[in-house]
Amino acid sequence: MVKQISVFLENKCGRLVRVTEALGKNNINIRALSIADTSDFGILRIIVDQTEKAIKILKDEGFIASMTEVIAVKVPDRPGGLAKVLKYLEEKEINIEYLYSFIEKPEEDALILMRVDDIPHALQTLKEKGIETVNKVRG
Amino acid sequence: MPIWNPKYETMSREELEKLQYLRLKKTLELVYQRVPFYQKAFKEKGIEPGDIKSLADLSKLPFTTKEDLRQNYPFGLFAVPLQEVVRLHSSSGTTGQATVVGYTRNDLETWSELIARTLSCSGATANSVIQIAYGYGLFTGGLGLHYGAEKLGATVIPISGGQTKKQVRIMVDFQTTVLACTPSYALYIAETIEEMGIKPEELKLKAGVFGAEPWTESMRRVVEEKLNIDAIDIYGLSEVMGPGISSECLQKDGLHIFEDHFLPEIIDPHTGEVLPDGETGELVLTTLTKEAIPVIRYRTRDITSLKREKCPCGRTMVRMAKVSGRTDDMLIIRGVNVFPSQIEAVLMDLGQTEPHYQIVVDREGSLDTLTVLVEVSEQMFSDKVKGLEELEKVISRELESNLAVKAKVTLVEPKSLQRSEGKAKRVIDKRNL
Repeated sequence: MVKQISVFLENKCGRLVRVTEALGKNNINIRALSIADTSDFGILRIIVDQTEKAIKILKDEGFIASMTEVIAVKVPDRPGGLAKVLKYLEEKEINIEYLYSFIEKPEEDALILMRVDDIPHALQTLKEKGIETVNKVRG
Repeated sequence: MPIWNPKYETMSREELEKLQYLRLKKTLELVYQRVPFYQKAFKEKGIEPGDIKSLADLSKLPFTTKEDLRQNYPFGLFAVPLQEVVRLHSSSGTTGQATVVGYTRNDLETWSELIARTLSCSGATANSVIQIAYGYGLFTGGLGLHYGAEKLGATVIPISGGQTKKQVRIMVDFQTTVLACTPSYALYIAETIEEMGIKPEELKLKAGVFGAEPWTESMRRVVEEKLNIDAIDIYGLSEVMGPGISSECLQKDGLHIFEDHFLPEIIDPHTGEVLPDGETGELVLTTLTKEAIPVIRYRTRDITSLKREKCPCGRTMVRMAKVSGRTDDMLIIRGVNVFPSQIEAVLMDLGQTEPHYQIVVDREGSLDTLTVLVEVSEQMFSDKVKGLEELEKVISRELESNLAVKAKVTLVEPKSLQRSEGKAKRVIDKRNL
């Protein structure tokens, strides 16, 4: 499991700039990022190298930020890699609430970050199928 | 144009004031003897009905407010036993803030008379076909207009509000000549007529009597043009009677207050001082003939001014300017009274200790819209879109069931709503009323 920060953002100009500037100024590196949005608001989800510190900085800046643990799965960076993992979860009727990915280096595996409705079941399933999950993202 | 009751409506000022004084004395005796609230309020001011020796002495009497009605909910201000009350109505809106008013048989007779006068002001006669699209029920609009229209001898279509396409079809088929509803609903009906491809010559409409919410001259022009009618502003509030307190005539230059039944004053809302004619302030009304629930110096919170020059229509009754605003924070949204405090109460109930919110009222086309911006707090936050959307829905549903008006909820970031001088600016009204 990897620690993820979720931040509430209004759909308004300049909000993302403020988040990224605040983190950058404090030397916090964003490793992965995704935004879910509706017409009114968005939820920014980020993986950073220093989670607790980043949350404090964001709260001091007046943002609503919370920490969630997400499953990080290593998936071979080739066609069909992700499909295989998702199929295992689907077979067990585990629901994916959201998911995003990033690649650390071109020659390495992709990392898939996902939040599911039944975390222990998902972890067990992945383990049984020999899918590697990670607990830390390099800074 | 015919005047329904020329004896009173064209009375000389001297005669009228004599009549008002006699009726005022009678009303004061009645409330002093029958309503403990008034007796106590008069005594606190060291005054008895006998001390009122002229109309000018009216200003010695204490005011009555909506809060007084609420505190005496439901029947505490009634001056007659319930068995003499033949009808009850309740103020528009709202659960926590409701007030109840009652009518004796004579009160209903008076009310019908006043509505007959109002409808005559718009040019309506016994030959008119009047479509009443005000809501029927506890709201005074529907039934108030209904019995007055029958008294006039007109043909009444008691259709109530809503079902707009059906309204239009009936308007065409039954050859409606007078439409009675809120001005925003009139505009909506006009738009529906256009959408349905109905030609103006298929309609027989001549006049509209529109009230229960504030509207502007520019809105009047639009409604008059679209429906090819004379649009008349009518005024009333349930605490005093309902519709029928005042009405424009076809001159459309102020609303004649039916002064033989209501005594108007304009006061400075801050000091309570009575202001001279022509000055703008808060309208205060004293009922002169009401039996079930007379009110003494009732503060309407509506802002207007009075002028006493004779009107070319022949009526001598004083005219009040179109209401230009409120002295409190009450909003009228689609004819429903909404107080910001009610919205705050809903948010508090949903578990926020100190809700930060802002109310935005706007008008899209002809319909008022209510949007409530709510600052997201830590406890409310979910990292799932579904969770936050669900929260918006829950708040919106709660607001709707408490306010009786549809409300859109938008979540915003903390501290993003303006706070001025420690007190937030809670309401932004973009309607340009």
